[in-house]
Amino acid sequence: MPHIPLENYLTLSAALFAIGIVGFLVRRNPITMLMAIELMWNAGNLAFAAFARNFIDMSGQIFIFIIITVAAAEAAIALAIVVMVFRRRADVDVDDISILRG
Amino acid sequence: MIVLYWICAVVLVLSAIGVVASRQPVHSVVGLIVNFAALAVLFLTLNAEFLAMIQIIIYAGAILVLFLFVIALLTVSSEPIERGRGKLEFQSGPSVAAGLVALALMAVGVRVAWSQSIKPPPPDFGSVSTFGVQLLTTHLFAFEVTAFVLLVAIVGVVLMAGRKELRF
Repeated sequence: MPHIPLENYLTLSAALFAIGIVGFLVRRNPITMLMAIELMWNAGNLAFAAFARNFIDMSGQIFIFIIITVAAAEAAIALAIVVMVFRRRADVDVDDISILRG
Repeated sequence: MIVLYWICAVVLVLSAIGVVASRQPVHSVVGLIVNFAALAVLFLTLNAEFLAMIQIIIYAGAILVLFLFVIALLTVSSEPIERGRGKLEFQSGPSVAAGLVALALMAVGVRVAWSQSIKPPPPDFGSVSTFGVQLLTTHLFAFEVTAFVLLVAIVGVVLMAGRKELRF
């Protein structure tokens, strides 16, 4: 069975991360921006899994487990903020939310 | 194996572009589900069985359902939010350029530094039992800290979303 080179996985991870960056910068809907952040989390996870397999080290996979937990916490808190903002007004463009400043 | 990798890679990139490009958030969620499924298959090709299951159950099952609830409950109007121009008028072009520059830098770095083939792993690498033993012995402290992180998230969400009146 031929094995896939490590650089294939890392290049794919880089592509996924770049798409996430572009999505986060271009979109103005906060929910879609959060989904772009999830894409970037997953790009990091893919790189971790590839390195864990390359170095035959389970620590990388444990790290992914921790990352998924933190991503869940981040999604919950960010969506709570979105809920707060959406209660205030029906349509939210992140460029309009500038009242956070003191 | 290599065929499976390329199929998953194409699906992964196309669904990610779909997530970013679609105007309706619900379509983005559907693209994200496809993306996570392809990533789970890629985890399987990397001998990460437990993570492939976690990816489906936790990510596609729990986190995306959270997104769907927020979309379904809050965005009642069907017209997309991003109509008209934003305050930053020319943000699309430079953003795409920044993403392409980042991709080029990362791809060149990867090609230079990590062009080596993956060695075949030992037979029990990445199995659920190995993962569990590692998680509950070597990395027990990180596991416990994870519980605290979730507790902080729960308290924060209840504090923010559960309050009656908003003052901001």
